[in-house]
Amino acid sequence: MNAIIISAVWGVLMMYSGFLFKSNRNINLLSILGVLILIGVTFHEFASGMPLLLIDTKGMLFHSNFGLVFLLIILVSTLIYFILSGKDIQLAGKSSSDLYALIFFILSGIAVVAGFRSLLMLFIGIEIVSIPLYVLAGSDKSNLKSNEAALKYFLMGSFSTGLMLMGIALIYGDVGSFYLDAFSTGFGVLTPLKAAGLLLILASMSFKVSAAPFHFWTPDVYDGSPSVFTSFMATIVKSVAFFAFLTLFDFGFGKMHDQWKTIVAIITAFTLIIGNITAVFQQSVKRMLAYSSIAQAGFMMLAIFAINTFAKQGMLLYFAGYSFATLGIFAVLTKMKDHSIDAFNGLAKSQPIIALSVLISLLSLAGIPLTAGFFAKYYMLLAVIREGNMMWLVILAVLCAAVSVYYYFRVIQAMYFKASASETALEFDPNFKWVMLMNAILIIVLGIHPDLILNLI
Amino acid sequence: MFAAVDNFPALLIWLPLIGGILSFFLNDAKSAKSSAIIFSASSLIVLLVSLNFTAKEFIALNQVSYEWLTSIGSSFGLYLDGLTRTMALLTAIVFFVVFILVPADQYKDANRFYGLLLLAQCGLVGVFLATDALVFYLFWELALIPVYFLSSIWGGEKRIRATFKFFIYTFIGSLLMLLAILYMYNKTNATSFGLGAFFNLKTTADEQFWLFIAFFIAFAIKMPLFPLHTWQPEAYEQSPTPVTMVLSSVMVKMGLFGVLRWVMPLFPLAVKQLNTAIMVVIAIGIVYASLVAIYQDNIKRLIAYSSIAHIGLMALGMLTLKEVAVVGALLQMFNHGINILALWMIAYIIEKQTGITSISKLGGLAKSAPVLAIFMVITALANVALPLTNAFVGEFMIFNGIYQFNKFLAAFAGLSIIFSAVYTLNMIKNVFYGEANSTTIQFSDINKTQVLLFTVLTVLIFFVGFYPQPFFDLFSDALGLVLTRYNS
Repeated sequence: MNAIIISAVWGVLMMYSGFLFKSNRNINLLSILGVLILIGVTFHEFASGMPLLLIDTKGMLFHSNFGLVFLLIILVSTLIYFILSGKDIQLAGKSSSDLYALIFFILSGIAVVAGFRSLLMLFIGIEIVSIPLYVLAGSDKSNLKSNEAALKYFLMGSFSTGLMLMGIALIYGDVGSFYLDAFSTGFGVLTPLKAAGLLLILASMSFKVSAAPFHFWTPDVYDGSPSVFTSFMATIVKSVAFFAFLTLFDFGFGKMHDQWKTIVAIITAFTLIIGNITAVFQQSVKRMLAYSSIAQAGFMMLAIFAINTFAKQGMLLYFAGYSFATLGIFAVLTKMKDHSIDAFNGLAKSQPIIALSVLISLLSLAGIPLTAGFFAKYYMLLAVIREGNMMWLVILAVLCAAVSVYYYFRVIQAMYFKASASETALEFDPNFKWVMLMNAILIIVLGIHPDLILNLI
Repeated sequence: MFAAVDNFPALLIWLPLIGGILSFFLNDAKSAKSSAIIFSASSLIVLLVSLNFTAKEFIALNQVSYEWLTSIGSSFGLYLDGLTRTMALLTAIVFFVVFILVPADQYKDANRFYGLLLLAQCGLVGVFLATDALVFYLFWELALIPVYFLSSIWGGEKRIRATFKFFIYTFIGSLLMLLAILYMYNKTNATSFGLGAFFNLKTTADEQFWLFIAFFIAFAIKMPLFPLHTWQPEAYEQSPTPVTMVLSSVMVKMGLFGVLRWVMPLFPLAVKQLNTAIMVVIAIGIVYASLVAIYQDNIKRLIAYSSIAHIGLMALGMLTLKEVAVVGALLQMFNHGINILALWMIAYIIEKQTGITSISKLGGLAKSAPVLAIFMVITALANVALPLTNAFVGEFMIFNGIYQFNKFLAAFAGLSIIFSAVYTLNMIKNVFYGEANSTTIQFSDINKTQVLLFTVLTVLIFFVGFYPQPFFDLFSDALGLVLTRYNS
């Protein structure tokens, strides 16, 4: 709970850090310090069960253990992101202190989403996350594609926010309360007002998590934005949207599970098929990752469909596995000028440690055992099987996972089995290499022992 | 969770795993080779020692279960019984031979080559030992990935395509298997992945039908059975020959093993319902593969197709559900591993010296390499299952079972034995006899190490051919689980 305030204050501090420090390195260190403080505070709240500073929010915010573990995963991902991509944030815009400030404001919004128990808080949280993101997407001001991405993201984002607001209004009109608790007790029958509200909210959440058929903005925005921010959007922000989705449909609409689950199943199926099939045809790794993020969203949608213990546990594992892996690949991609698959040719020869880390990240995304991605997918499938009567969805998911191997392995083939065409080898900072390797080891550790996260809740 | 080494299964997993990881850190090719030999030899020794501890009172040495994922009820269960001991023994022999055979300077980055091979050994042994379905699945994939990299890095010209096809095929199969595993896990009320818990599940015939299909496709792709075999000739041809040895001697046995350990005990109703139809398809596949083998000019492809036929025969034997055929198939799994290992060694030695894999470009090797020719003839005779060789015992028992099951099927499948003689003897004739050409005349005979290796394999071939009883004793405790539900 205190993370909301601290990250907002730290954001302001970051804004002024441009005056305080001349060197970008110090700004980066300050941001890392900020995330470490946030992790410490959140961990304290998790371990002791009490926030340092208790604020009465009239029950609109409540950070359960589930929410706190989620927040911790997000903060650790952010830490990895700051360490891996700190240099690239400085290259992306004129003054990196502003960009860091925006990221901290986003974290503040994330902390709100992690504990929302009222639709108002959900709305505010999601808006706090989204608005700085529009700016980040357009931070490469001289680049036309970045401008286009920002505008597209803004239009699509505000459109979906509008839908959500409409949905919230309709539901409020029926129930007379914004509190999720009120829904779970008050929801017996599905009145037309509730049904319309539910559908609108479902559509807008699908926008946010880029589930088909609301995914059209994703490839262009991800491709156009500076890579370093694409990586942030595709991992951390996507996880937040999914967390909001899950909490809302679990606490809020859980009672009507039977009524909406078929629609979610259809959306899931579309997302899986469109994401995976389109990713196969991409020649640019960045675009491939954009479609892969849609495909992975399809897998996470399985948890929304199932809403049971396995789904919730698996979702956290999925956030961790997917975020760590994608952050790692994007960090390497950002440092390469050429984003085509051929640019990865011969990377195993010139940069064995980087190639190994990317390899493990890709294997995790593909869901190969002994990586975090395997258990993440495993839990999603298990959650749906546990729900029963939806075997077709599970089989479809499994077939899509097989398709996904195809496009992830193209990068592996390029790195390991093909010779590099260019003479000049890519240069990487030694520290960067070791962080990448640590990230990969983290993925493996979670793949061997997922209980590390699962036992927390 | 899993660090103890006071029992055989844990040792068999740890030795190749440690050896494999260690190998990546050895920069010198020679020391990588010797370390690989040491680790595979110790695995072999552990297994040979374990042969003296098969009795009931040593159960703690042979069966272990470590806590792993307590939250979902998966434990790291490993078990050495007659079935798994035979397969683990075969694995240990094959890897040991491969490590001795491959010279340190043949492949670039030899340390990685040996390291990946040892990791593959770890995966394979794990597949054979696992009694927990999730562990089984993990090792199933773990065995595949090193082999994929081995073939794709050190393989032939079309390696990337060929090995990727292999990977995708097996991956789809294993995902289907994962689904079936998850389904059964859910049936246990999400408490256990153990083979025992699955065995005690009450599943309807309808459920068994689908579970059987999911499992069997995974295993059939691995074996491979007709018509899912199309990845195999290409993969065998494009992989470096030492890897092909591992693939065809041990990896394809994963499929057969899976049928014995998981499919037959767990889905009796489905097996009884579907076995006739599947056997007809397999029999067609056997004859088809044998016919194709006759027309192959590439040695590697010829051995690949011959392997499809032989593996098919073993699958056929298992599905008859007759005890004699199941025992025969079990024995034949071991025999086939030894015989095809020897065949690949010959192909490897010829290819390494001459660079030729085409049969029509070879000839007259017997003149320049008489010792190799002798071993080739012995191996070939074992491959066509001549009496007094090991394969005769196995295939005789298999055919005995098939004959009891259906006479016509036995007669039809029996064609493959005739064809097998045709292509094997043809290969000997064209490679070792006939006119020698400028390349083959300079061929130098095998060295002492290779003679020693061949001698060991030959002794095994004749030993099992004369006196298979020790193996039958070994199998005795493994058949109960496989066949109990069919005998009543």
